[in-house]
Amino acid sequence: MNGIDANIGDVWKEPSGEATDVVLSSRVRLARNLAGFNFLSRATRDDRRQITRIVQSRLVQSGLIDSLVWVDLDKSESLDRLVMVERRLISKQHAKGDEPRAVILSEPDERLSIMVNEEDHLRIQMMRGGMALEDAYDEIDAIDDKIESVIEYAFCPRFGYLTACPTNVGAGIRVSAMLHLPALKLIGEIDKVRRAAKSMNLAVRGFYGEGSEAIGEIYQISNQTTLGKTERDILASFSTGIMPKIIEYERHARRRLMENRREIVEDRVNRALGTLRYARLLNADEAIRLLSQVRLGVVLGMIEDLDLSTVAELMLISQPAHLQKVIGTELNQAQRRAARAALMRDRVASH
Amino acid sequence: MKCDRCDNEATVHEVTIHKGQKVEKHLCEQCAQEDGIAIQSAQSIPPSLMQQFTVGIGQQAQKANRSPSCTNCGMSYTEFRQHGLLGCPDCYHTFEKQLLPLLERAQEGGTDHIGKTPNRSVGALKRQRQLTVLRKQLADALASEHYERAAELRDELRDAGVDLSSATADADEDAAT
Repeated sequence: MNGIDANIGDVWKEPSGEATDVVLSSRVRLARNLAGFNFLSRATRDDRRQITRIVQSRLVQSGLIDSLVWVDLDKSESLDRLVMVERRLISKQHAKGDEPRAVILSEPDERLSIMVNEEDHLRIQMMRGGMALEDAYDEIDAIDDKIESVIEYAFCPRFGYLTACPTNVGAGIRVSAMLHLPALKLIGEIDKVRRAAKSMNLAVRGFYGEGSEAIGEIYQISNQTTLGKTERDILASFSTGIMPKIIEYERHARRRLMENRREIVEDRVNRALGTLRYARLLNADEAIRLLSQVRLGVVLGMIEDLDLSTVAELMLISQPAHLQKVIGTELNQAQRRAARAALMRDRVASH
Repeated sequence: MKCDRCDNEATVHEVTIHKGQKVEKHLCEQCAQEDGIAIQSAQSIPPSLMQQFTVGIGQQAQKANRSPSCTNCGMSYTEFRQHGLLGCPDCYHTFEKQLLPLLERAQEGGTDHIGKTPNRSVGALKRQRQLTVLRKQLADALASEHYERAAELRDELRDAGVDLSSATADADEDAAT
């Protein structure tokens, strides 16, 4: 269907951003609503349908933005929706329900996705592999301008872009980075990062987003303030103020580990590699934990026959929906554990 | 936050430790009941304590009742507080007074947009925004005693045709708060 298959996009495969030793991906999201419509909590089914029609005809059918694919989520297969959740193209909430709603994806790399009728009428998201928030913002800003030339946004001078939840009002911008912090976790300093981030009004989330635990020492950090600051200020304080400090902190911790506890790190990395090569049953969380260790091993030069883009791909295809796409058939949980282990054995051993 | 099972707002949050792993559940009341999670009834709370709460709720409810619902979408302030989502763009105007303190808390004190402005609202909004930014910068410059920068900003504001007496008054007022 509509371009959703098990092949992962270039955004994941060939990270264009910086600091890929620590940063898996970075993204910028803009929340926008159409003027003249209620927000979705007060929208009728007909309103929702009208919104999807307007957006589809003006953005996609008009060819306003190149290479866009429209996916009607209320008519799509649930497995396809889960693939998109795992790839972070749509939210978990957006995958549920039977109301008229959609997602627009940019082909072929899926770096742009626009959720239509999620919490806001439009949630425009630009993703990059590695750290490249300025670049992502430049592109999303230009796309936002294009959209705004054909769709009038709900906006007022005082509060800016009006959003369903007042926590997004103003610039409506969320910048975030997915960070891999295994060394800080290992030396027990991860809570310091959490506390520091919170004190700077940043949200820290786990691998699966809101309310989730950090699996495989992967953390998603994002800004929370959207009012009273310009987009550039929000971007700058995040990507040149805070992120470099966390990235350097993790790198420092890795250096310390290599100097003082090299054997322990090597043991963990190679145990993980061994499990991936020989296990017969693996659940998704365990796969992520093992791949997290392997990723560290690749960065530290302990594993030479795997690279970061392969690890990123394995992290994705170890997820339930991707796994079923790769295998090409629906599997129950027990079948998935066996299939996942077989897939990992094959992909990791073949390197 | 929405319920893990359905689209309702999650109001019951349960954290348990299972085999050393933290398991979080966020459910709406109905799904929580189906899941057998006991929701503590008001009866188990000592009456004296309960009274304190209900008095507070009563006052709040009265306050909320006094504030009118949104004339466009019919959303009441109480409803907004229950779900955290406004009903339409007009709600920002209807509930401006109540929203301001919430915004201040959630937005590090920010109550005015100084970011991007849609191009389509032509020059007017943009100019207004630029002036707001200049005013804020002037206030910051004065507060941090960067008088040279403040003078430059005052010139910029004057060039933009702003009545300086009021701009400075604004800035001074801002700087003082």
